[in-house]
Amino acid sequence: MRNGTTHCRYAEDVNPAFPAEIMAKPGGEALRDCIQCGTCSGACPLSVHMDLTPRRVIALTRAGLERDVLESATPWLCASCYECQVRCPRDIKVTDVMYALKRRAIEKGMYPKRFPIPVLAKAFYNMVATHGRNSESRVLIELALRTHPLSLLKMAPIGIKLLRTGRMALGQEHIKNPKELKAILDAMEES
Amino acid sequence: MTAYAYYPGCSLSGLGRPYDESMRAVFGHLGLGLEEIPDWNCCGATSYMSISEDKAVALAARNLAIAERSAAEVVAPCAACYLVLTKAQHMMAEYPALAAKVHRGLQTAGLTYHGRAVVRHPLDVLVNVVGLDAIRAKVSRPLAGYRVAPYYGCQVVRPYGAFDDPLRPQTLDRLLEAAGATVVDYPLKAHCCGGSLMGTMEEIGVRLSFLLLKEAKARSANVLATVCPLCQYNLEAYQGKMHRAYNEDVSLPVVYFTQLLGLAFGLSPASVGLQRNFVTAEPLPAMA
Repeated sequence: MRNGTTHCRYAEDVNPAFPAEIMAKPGGEALRDCIQCGTCSGACPLSVHMDLTPRRVIALTRAGLERDVLESATPWLCASCYECQVRCPRDIKVTDVMYALKRRAIEKGMYPKRFPIPVLAKAFYNMVATHGRNSESRVLIELALRTHPLSLLKMAPIGIKLLRTGRMALGQEHIKNPKELKAILDAMEES
Repeated sequence: MTAYAYYPGCSLSGLGRPYDESMRAVFGHLGLGLEEIPDWNCCGATSYMSISEDKAVALAARNLAIAERSAAEVVAPCAACYLVLTKAQHMMAEYPALAAKVHRGLQTAGLTYHGRAVVRHPLDVLVNVVGLDAIRAKVSRPLAGYRVAPYYGCQVVRPYGAFDDPLRPQTLDRLLEAAGATVVDYPLKAHCCGGSLMGTMEEIGVRLSFLLLKEAKARSANVLATVCPLCQYNLEAYQGKMHRAYNEDVSLPVVYFTQLLGLAFGLSPASVGLQRNFVTAEPLPAMA
């Protein structure tokens, strides 16, 4: 990106391999069929909060503007409601594409920094990898500690209610043999 | 007795405990067995799939492989669990290379997934297997005075729409009517509550959930029924924050559909876990 021209894009901003990489992911095959109608953006309950609408994410992905897409908050704000995917007139699996972009952003370390959503995803991922189960309260506490520790104080009133109603399990849940699960997951890394 | 392999998922021993209690109570009352899948693991929900899709499918496949040993059908009440299990099945059918990789992974633990398990949401079981006539026959205390907003959320109906329309679902409406409730017209019934954004981007989660409750109240609902533990938590626990953020009181009891059904069957409020809801049983219409 050249100085002072953040709204212009040049050949040097393009990763020509990027569109094919995303289209090769499950769900990404139909990206070339997009007619830029904007149904996805209109259907998306989060689009008003996004820096790029889903329609623009698809356009920029196809144009190879990798950094614009991966540094955007948009894939992370996708709450996986699948409304865009169900409504798309070209049968593009938009939600699945958002997942592919999230994974690519993690791989490349390009996700928006200090943004809590990828932090939660990683904390969750690690807890499942280690214990085989997710303990909601522990994952949320870890998220808060890694992002905004003071937010724990604001959560206290809800936490107390959860404790009182027996809905907060404080212990770490785990499966009987986490090593067996780890072997399965490790085997998935060998291609 | 029909026995289902039961996949409660992580949430149902924490936030979703009343969902677990009311599930077991309702299924037991109908003579449907629930056998917990031995040593089930977390489905990974939306977070895990954001890091590794292949492993997310393997997590689901391990549960399905274990379930297949003892039962033909799996019941998953949590919307995220239900979606991940069905999505893994779709992906393994659609992408043979991925399926082969998952099979190899499972083999390291001596497991085999044959692809036979049918995954169902309890809403599907109650409406399409048990049937509304059989439900009606079991109702001993019809939910008179209950004006229910039927809230499906996202992942039970989308993207596959296996047992209901993915945008304009009806099954919960019909089930609640069979239980004697008045079901209000609720156009936001399959709109998103924000899901896990409530934990990460609270302002956004509060806004989405606020809109859902505001609409339910505008439609003169006096209770909202959910089919998902995260929806239930978001819509119930953050009502105070919604009130402060938007200076509008949208307080409304938010209960699991299985809790309402249990009450209609004459089960006690405690047996369906109603004492665990924040907005307690009192604001619910007085029982006849």
